[in-house]
Amino acid sequence: MKYTEDDLREELKTKEYEYGFYTDIESETFPKGLNEDIVRAISKKKNEPQWMTAWRLEAFNAWTKMIEPEWPNVQYTKPNFQDIAYYSAPKKKPKLNSLDEVDPELLATFEKLGISLEEQKRLANVAVDIVMDSVSVATTFKETLAEKGIIFMPMSEAIQKHPALVKKYIGSVVPPKDNFYAALNSAVFSDGSFCYIPKGVRCPMELSTYFRINEGGTGQFERTLVVADKGSYVSYLEGCTAPQRDENQLHAAVVELVALDDAEIKYSTVQNWFPGDQNGKGGVFNFVTKRGLCETNAKISWTQVETGSAITWKYPSCILKGNRSVGEFYSIAVTNNFQQADTGTKMIHLGKNTKSTIISKGISAGQSQNSYRGLVQINSRAENARNFSQCDSLLMGNECGAHTFPYIESKNKSAQIEHEATTSKIGEDQLFYCNQRGIDTEKAIALIVNGFSKEVLNKLPMEFAVEAQKLLEISLEGSVG
Amino acid sequence: MLKIENLHAEVERKAILKGLNLKVKPGEIHAIMGPNGAGKSTLASVIAGKEDYEVTQGIIELDGEDISELDPDERAHAGIFLSFQYPVEIPGVTVTNFIKTAINESRKAQGLDEMSAKDMLKKIRQKSSLLEIDRKFLSRSLNEGFSGGEKKRNEIFQMAMLEPKLAILDETDSGLDIDALRVVANGVNTLKSSNNAIIVITHYQRLLDHIIPDFVHVLHDGKIVKTGDASLAHELEAKGYDWIKEKIIS
Repeated sequence: MKYTEDDLREELKTKEYEYGFYTDIESETFPKGLNEDIVRAISKKKNEPQWMTAWRLEAFNAWTKMIEPEWPNVQYTKPNFQDIAYYSAPKKKPKLNSLDEVDPELLATFEKLGISLEEQKRLANVAVDIVMDSVSVATTFKETLAEKGIIFMPMSEAIQKHPALVKKYIGSVVPPKDNFYAALNSAVFSDGSFCYIPKGVRCPMELSTYFRINEGGTGQFERTLVVADKGSYVSYLEGCTAPQRDENQLHAAVVELVALDDAEIKYSTVQNWFPGDQNGKGGVFNFVTKRGLCETNAKISWTQVETGSAITWKYPSCILKGNRSVGEFYSIAVTNNFQQADTGTKMIHLGKNTKSTIISKGISAGQSQNSYRGLVQINSRAENARNFSQCDSLLMGNECGAHTFPYIESKNKSAQIEHEATTSKIGEDQLFYCNQRGIDTEKAIALIVNGFSKEVLNKLPMEFAVEAQKLLEISLEGSVG
Repeated sequence: MLKIENLHAEVERKAILKGLNLKVKPGEIHAIMGPNGAGKSTLASVIAGKEDYEVTQGIIELDGEDISELDPDERAHAGIFLSFQYPVEIPGVTVTNFIKTAINESRKAQGLDEMSAKDMLKKIRQKSSLLEIDRKFLSRSLNEGFSGGEKKRNEIFQMAMLEPKLAILDETDSGLDIDALRVVANGVNTLKSSNNAIIVITHYQRLLDHIIPDFVHVLHDGKIVKTGDASLAHELEAKGYDWIKEKIIS
């Protein structure tokens, strides 16, 4: 009857990855390895214009001269980049207008994930652009969006249909040579999503993309570009799950957001990739570069709920270039077992009267390590810039770690910067109190964690918040301290 | 209702309860008094099933069922409620959300459906007015930033919501001013019926002016050394605990 840490450990060991299944869809996969020929082949496969091929090659050449970063507070065996296949596409590529035409096996996969398209189409008013092993196989709600002049399509299609827009903005926020993983992504990105909201248009629905990594040994390199033209608004949802794998899967995505004058972009992520088993074997390496650029009076909000991946290296950032622009970062990062996360944000204040808010909630259980790393930089010309940062950590058990690395660089005396941080532990007293009221330990943890994460959960769109809450509970089942 | 016989319990290998006997029938109010360190709060924790407390000997029965092997949440489902001396804070979880979860978990354990939002609201309204609780209070995070009086009032509010068979009030009077004491006592008296029972654990007699016990027990060194009616509390107040200690020695 006594619930000890040993019981907890046993329970966690037997807990398998809830979404660990594998969809058997025929794939066409390139040979492993990376060189100029592979980069050219990817570009050719996608029938890309010459400028795109040249862009990729330049990124590739830069990448070969770069060194993998070692500063994050994570430990792992570096991937062998010559042992990864850089292109994989489902062989069946039907043109789809309705769900009836979707591969039944794919539909079954989505059923398992609890994100059935039928449900979504009917209830959630969500247009879904599914990315399955790099190539989008279904796009819905396109027509509704087209009426408003909104472009929402796979990146590969956008390169064909809207080359001028893509050429103008791709790499404008995250340059190909920005960092090791961004350069790699720029060279070999397979697909992703492109979104453009015209001037003054308020996107009538949440735009949503579900990413899946599927083919064993296939790295996935998504590229997302969202451009909100002057005075427009869009809310974009990104959710991820992946099937169970023994070998590590590398994921190096790039997300670029451009908010022109008076525009607003809300970008929400729920991430649940395979975190590795109880021995820390397997799991996804998530090395992502996400950055947004705000012009005058523009606003970008990043909201993320991170429960998956073996290693997470991710800093969704805002460059507050325009005067009076606003950047926000709301994050919940959960680590369990042997997961390691080094995540946070960068708020770069360039314009006058710029404002940023950072709310970070880290939850560590098992033997995991959870680090917040954030930079608040106030440039010399950024008069009256303001930042508020709050970093809270919640620990479960005695073997996990929570770390905070806040960097503040202010070159302007008028800046107002506030930083608050707390660390707490789910105590036996809290659990006993809940138990005494008839709430069992599992439910009590869910309650305490939800309370702890509330400020961030509240920032998510309704339907996503429910999913995120479910994820938090699944990720921490049995984690008693 | 509650039967405790020859109860021995220890915390971190230190014996605290040393052969305690107690019988509580429905409709009764029992007061347990005693000096600091006598084992009063330990008794409350042992009945509620706190895991650091190990029962080494004796029996605890609720309605004829041995509950000594049950988890704390199972004991709560069986109808045991403990009003904590030091209620814990749970940031971000509102009083309403917490009590809703507690009620529905208990209902689930009894094979009942969740209480409808309408019924829940009605009940919350009724019980909060009984304890003169401002409705705004219910949207605050559980016990976070609560004054001592608010915390205790909130404990009794939860008791009112959960309607336990057996309620144990552990030092509920500590930290209460005279007005709050009156409100809390009124609440407890209203909740009292012929079907439930209350154990009041207290160091001082003042709460017992408002909640009149049928029995007063004096706990000393892990045992009940004297039992009487409400007048025993007054005698203790007048003569102090040393009087009991002296009597035991002589």
